[in-house]
Amino acid sequence: MSSMVSIQNVTKTYSGGFKALDQVSFDIKSGEIFALLGSNGAGKTTLIQAICGLLRITEGAIEVGGSDVVLNAKNAREKIGLVPQELCVDTFESVWNTVSFSRGLFGKPKDPGKIEKILKDLSLWDKRKNRVMTLSGGMKRRVMIAKALSHEPEVLFLDEPTAGVDVELRKDMWNLVRKLQESGVTIILTTHYLEEAEEMADRIGVLSKGKLLVVEDKDVLMKKMGKRQLILEVEDPAVNLPLSLDRFHYTQKGSFFTFQFDVVNEELSIGALMSEIHSANVQYLNLQTKESSLEEIFMEMTRI
Amino acid sequence: MNYRSIWSIYQFEMARMWRTIAQSIASPVLSTSLYFVVFGSAIGSRMESINGVSYGSFIVPGLILLSVLQQSISNASFGIYFPKFTGTIYEVLSAPIGHLEIIFGYVGAAATKSIILGTLIFLTSLLFVPVHVEHPFMMILFLILTSVTFSLLGFMIGIWADGFEKLQIIPLLVITPLTFLGGSFYSIDMLPPFWQKVSMANPVVYLISGFRWSFFGQGDVSLEWSLGMILLFLGICFATTRYIIKTGYKLKN
Ligand SMILES: Nc1ncnc2c1ncn2[C@@H]1O[C@H](COP(=O)(O)OP(=O)(O)OP(=O)(O)O)[C@@H](O)[C@H]1O
Ligand SMILES: [Mg+2]
Repeated sequence: MSSMVSIQNVTKTYSGGFKALDQVSFDIKSGEIFALLGSNGAGKTTLIQAICGLLRITEGAIEVGGSDVVLNAKNAREKIGLVPQELCVDTFESVWNTVSFSRGLFGKPKDPGKIEKILKDLSLWDKRKNRVMTLSGGMKRRVMIAKALSHEPEVLFLDEPTAGVDVELRKDMWNLVRKLQESGVTIILTTHYLEEAEEMADRIGVLSKGKLLVVEDKDVLMKKMGKRQLILEVEDPAVNLPLSLDRFHYTQKGSFFTFQFDVVNEELSIGALMSEIHSANVQYLNLQTKESSLEEIFMEMTRI
Repeated sequence: MNYRSIWSIYQFEMARMWRTIAQSIASPVLSTSLYFVVFGSAIGSRMESINGVSYGSFIVPGLILLSVLQQSISNASFGIYFPKFTGTIYEVLSAPIGHLEIIFGYVGAAATKSIILGTLIFLTSLLFVPVHVEHPFMMILFLILTSVTFSLLGFMIGIWADGFEKLQIIPLLVITPLTFLGGSFYSIDMLPPFWQKVSMANPVVYLISGFRWSFFGQGDVSLEWSLGMILLFLGICFATTRYIIKTGYKLKN
């Protein structure tokens, strides 16, 4: 896959002297869903604003679809749809007008059929004649998404699209994002719900205090960073386990033993662990495995 | 140049005006009518005519410009301040458009409103005093040039302001005194010589003089001076606005 967004050594120092981004470099591939994670103030929004031309970067370069966002801003921006983190909408306008305005602003010819489809996809069709101020918060966020989609972007930035959105709507949002991906749109989203990134993302980038900690395939990240555990409930808590099991760094809590295993290293694999347990002839009542969630991985990483 | 983008901004801004048509039009028309009643009919009837023009008619061009200046500034400054205030400006700033599209869209809409308003005030004045326009083409030209220039000025104020008070302060402290002292209600040569000289430093004098010339064929300064000054002022405002947008002043971190 070719790269859709390319970020090279980007540093942003705000006028007060605060360094919000520090030598960040990575690529976002065409057609993927990329989740940008990081705690409050990590620099996620700053990075998105830098890509979309809403702030000037101090150092480095960014390309979108091969066009530099500063030197060739028009070409780069044509491809971008942005849904910012803050809820900001034209309160006095009707839903239909504000969405149509966005399309025109981006220089696209009128296409009522297109707008109709977007509003229907976002369940806003019934509200098209309402003024934006009469909508609920979740609806307003969808209006912002509709505005970003109205000009048919190739890359869509969703800065915390599901903040303050109820569970049902969040699921709808996920489906929408998947549908967009199927239609070929590259999606970059930020979220504080890690299960959301786990569920949606193809790749994950983690920012911490302006620095990029990691960019990785979600599955690889989970595999590499994730701990896998096997929990064994034994009949006799006083059982003596053979020394050969020490390499699995087990801990004991009453009749429960927790072993760590690895998916990469054969020596430490679950197969090796099971055969050791069998050959030691340990009698057990129950056995279960557990993988750490992205949440645990994330906590682990950003603790440093 | 992306004409569709300009048109979108323009239409959007004009829609905002139609929504608030009552305030946008009614209050300036009403206040100007009051001026006509008080100065034009009541006081004016006891005043001598100025250079052969009755006082009521004499103040018409000045009163039109007074409103046009104020409204150009307030419309244009509010037009850009409001999206900045609500945050919706992000969309314009992230759109694939240049500085000129932004300026033409916003300033064009604000200037259009002022021109409409100026025309309405002119029509209103016909109800109170006899007005004859000697050079209609020049009158329209002055109206347009003034509206555009002061809309540019207002646009800059809107970008600069970071609070509602700041939006008011320049019109209140600078523009209103300059217009009142710019000869809206009198001819500059009615002043003592010293103040005549001081007045020449007031750019509004040239605007009002030129506009008045288009009505009565006479002004405080020559037509060339008036036209030259307004074009100069327009050029300065345009170049400054463009520079401000280009640097991202108060719009981009
Ligand atoms: N205009 C600004 N001037 C100075 N500092 C700023 C400005 N905007 C953001 N910052 C600082 O930059 C840092 C990164 O902010 P940013 O909004 O990018 O974080 P974030 O990762 O999006 O956080 P959140 O999850 O809370 O949205 C923060 O410490 C913030 O205080
Ligand atoms: Mg943020």
